[in-house]
Order: sequence, then structure tokens, then C-alpha cells
Amino acid sequence: MHLLAIDWVVFTEKLILIIAVVSGSLVVAMYSTYAERKVAAIIQDRRGPNRAGPFGILQPLADGLKLFFKEEIIPKFSSKFLFILGPGIAMLTAIMIGAVVPWGNKIHIFNRDVSLQIADVNIGILYIFGMVSLGVYGIMIGGWASNNKFSLLGAMRAASQIISYELAMGISLIALLMLTGTLSLKTMVAQQMDGWWYIFKQPLGFLIFLICAFAETNRTPFDLSEAENELIGGYHSEYSSMKLGFYLFAEYVNMFLSSAVMVTLFFGGYDIPFVNDQTFINTIGTNWMAVLQGAVFFIKIVCFLFLFMWVRWTIPRFRYDQLMNLGWKILLPLALFNMLLTGALILLHQNHWHF
Amino acid sequence: MQALTNRVQQVSRKKMTLWERIYLPEILKGMFITFKHIFRKKVTINYPEQTRKFSPVFRGLQILNRDEEGRERCTACGLCAVACPAEAITMEAAERQPGEEHLYREEKYAAKYEINMLRCIFCGYCEEACPKDAVYLSETFAPANYQRKGFIYGKKDLLIPHPKEDPEGFAKAKGDRAIRPEGHGNEK
Repeated sequence: MHLLAIDWVVFTEKLILIIAVVSGSLVVAMYSTYAERKVAAIIQDRRGPNRAGPFGILQPLADGLKLFFKEEIIPKFSSKFLFILGPGIAMLTAIMIGAVVPWGNKIHIFNRDVSLQIADVNIGILYIFGMVSLGVYGIMIGGWASNNKFSLLGAMRAASQIISYELAMGISLIALLMLTGTLSLKTMVAQQMDGWWYIFKQPLGFLIFLICAFAETNRTPFDLSEAENELIGGYHSEYSSMKLGFYLFAEYVNMFLSSAVMVTLFFGGYDIPFVNDQTFINTIGTNWMAVLQGAVFFIKIVCFLFLFMWVRWTIPRFRYDQLMNLGWKILLPLALFNMLLTGALILLHQNHWHF
Repeated sequence: MQALTNRVQQVSRKKMTLWERIYLPEILKGMFITFKHIFRKKVTINYPEQTRKFSPVFRGLQILNRDEEGRERCTACGLCAVACPAEAITMEAAERQPGEEHLYREEKYAAKYEINMLRCIFCGYCEEACPKDAVYLSETFAPANYQRKGFIYGKKDLLIPHPKEDPEGFAKAKGDRAIRPEGHGNEK
């Protein structure tokens, strides 16, 4: 009986953290849509949304309201259960990635050390990979349930694309994992706080991971699954109202969380560069340090979000065969080469070849 | 094949060099170009708050002119209606009664003057035909309306504001055309 007892303090603490992370990622995703439109406008010498509120900052609310008020259509010949399940899964898997990302070190409150990570599982990276793979089900189910050839084509494209690029992504990460020796994201951040950021030790791995992250989140130049001019919107062409909103929203949540993962893996997570953390904690205290770390983490994420948008408004979409060529013939061998190189260097290092 | 003009450019089908096939440098080049655009001046203006200047030859909504004392210039001769290729103008003439000299410039005036803005093609022939300098094409255009009858503009809509009672509105309605006091040469 003792095994099943619930520690209510931990429960509340985690619950609050979960609510904060989920609502936080949703708000960031909401404002990503605004930022996306603004960045697109600025890059194209336009002004972007500037009518709703000062500088148009209420635009996401207006967009959300519009989506809620639209007519909700479920096609007659679709399978209704799956049709509704699709966007739900897409959103769920997108948000669940946030569970293992360390958002800060810890705060000291009510005489307790509260870790700013929902779950410090020792297989953090594997968990993320699992969630990303599940994400394709949202798209696949949506495309299938629509009972529409274009939707199915879009879904097929998405599925094959995500599966192809997951391979290169995984292998590029193996090289990183050989360096870290752990799968826990928190430990990785701790290692980067003491030493170099992993971007300097794994530049090629980072590049491959970045490209694959673009592919996994279905962002341009890899947005074949929703190519408007070929597939009328791809897997979500039959969707309307907030179900469509969920799909579009899930993309932004994915973008936010994959940025967070990339920052954690390669850019030191919540590590503040050029600062000795221990002396800093002694001067301003643990809690303020956590706030500062969270802010730094957020700034790094925003840089990545900007990169995502910047690339979207620069590069045209790949053709399907080009996509597959890049995934299988270039990225996969490159990732394998990177893995071998890293392995060789580590072996040399262990045999006292100092360089 | 013989090219029709000397502007023809042949599509280049040459093989990509290794540098181009690496692809990333070219992407970075493209991204640098888009990044430069962030600092460019915006070509868009904030429309309802800011408007662009119309060209001086812009032919917009008609206005019925008044003279300096605020009397209507139109004498209902009907030349504008005759000149109108779209047959958009109708008018009814009336005789000026004693005591109305401060309202109408000539002995005859238009009691009713209507332009159907859905028919009007804004060619400006009415302006050219008018011997009394009474009808002008201004620098505005017909706003949207929900009903057809909203596009039939009567005297109420067309008359320029009174130059003495509302000099600002008068100047605004007259627009930059007021700069050309010599008119277009049709004045008496």
C-alpha cells in the first residue's frame, strides 16, 4: 500500500509546473503566428498586422476568435471518430515534448528545492523521439479520415518525410550521445554549463539535426505535406474551424519545443554564457538565478524561432524527389560519417592522444 | 529558332558546380538577401490614416461648383448630359425666382441634378463640355454602398461646400485643381 501512496506536495508542484509549461507553450505558439506574419511582412518590405491593438499585438486573439466562430464541417464520408482524433493527437504529442525539457535549474520555495523540469527521465531524448514519431499519427489519421485523395497524399508525404528524416536525426544525435554519455537532458545542460557548448564539439551533428528539425516540424522548405499549390492544403484541406486551428497551432507548438530541444542539446540550455553560475547564485540567490536562466533560455529559443521564420520566407519548397534525395543520399551518409568520426576521436582521446 | 526580340535570354542548363551543389552557401546567400530587406524602407503606407497624392490629372467623383460668393454656377444647359457617353447624367431645369439671386448665378438653374455613379465612366467629358465651369471631376472616388440607389448622387451629394460658410470644406473638395485658376479654357 505504501508503494501506491501519492506524495501530494510533489503532485501539486508538478501539476502547477505542467499547467505553466502547457499554457506557456500555447501562448508562445499564439504569438509565433503573429511573429511569423510580422517577420514575413518585414522581410517582404510590408508592414504586417498592425490594426488589432497597438502594433497589432491582439491579432492572435482575433485570429483565434475567428477560428472559433467558423462553421465546423465534418465531411459526410469521413470516419468521424478519427477525423476528430487527428488534430487532438497532433496537438497532444506536440505539447508532450515539453515534459522533459529543463526550463531552468531549480527554485527554492517553501523550504523546498523545486526542479524546473516536469520529468527528469533518464531517457529524455528517447522520449522526445517517441513523441515526435507519434506526431506523424496526427497528420496521418487526419489525412486518412478526411476521405479525400489530396488529404491522403499530403498525409503520405508527411509520413514518409518524417520517417526518412528521423533516421538522420537519430544518427546525428548518436554522435552527440557518445560525447555526453547520458540521455537525460538535465545532465546534458549541466555538462554544458561546466564545459563547452555541444555546438562547438558537434557542428556537423547540429547542422544535420537542424535540417531534420525543419523536416520534422513540416516547415518550409519541407512543407510538402501542406503544399497549397499542389494539394490544396494537404492533410488539413477538409478541416475547418478550431480543428484546423489545432493543426496549424500544433505546428507552432512543435516549432517552439523543437527550438527548445535544440537549445538544450547544442546551445547550453539555460546556461548563461561567459558567467560563473556559482558566484552568481551566491550574489543574487537561487530564485533570481532561475528567473535569469529562464530568460536566457527563452532568448535562445526566440532566436531559433526567428531562424525558422527567416528560412521559411527565404527558401522555396523542395520537390518530392529532391526531398528524398537529400534525406537518404546526403543527410543519412553524412550523419553516419559524423558518427564514425566522433567515435574515432573519442577512442583516440581515451587512448591518450591529446590534441 | 529566330528570336523575335533581342531581349531573349537562354535558359542556363549547365551543371551545377560543387559549391552550388553543397547548397548551404547558396541558402546562406539567399538568407542574407532577405535579411537585408529587414532594413529596407517599407513600400506600404498605412492607408486610411495616410493617403497617397492623386495625380493632377486624376478624374474622380464629380462635384458641382459654386462661384466665389457661393452661388451655384450650373445653368442646366444640359451640355454635360449630351456629352456623357455613358448617359449617366440627368437634370431638371428651373427658373430663378426674384430673391434667389444669392443662390443661383444664372437665371436658370438645375433643380435636380443626378449622376448615376454606376454608369459613370469618369471620362471627364462633362467637365470639358461645361461652359459655366460648373462641373468638375474631383480627387475622390465613389465609396462602396450596399444598394444601387446609393450610387445615384443628387445635388445634395454633388454640391461643393459653401466657400464662405465652410471655406475649409470648399478648399478640400476643390482639391489641387484650385491651383489652376485659368481652368480648362471653356469659361465664358
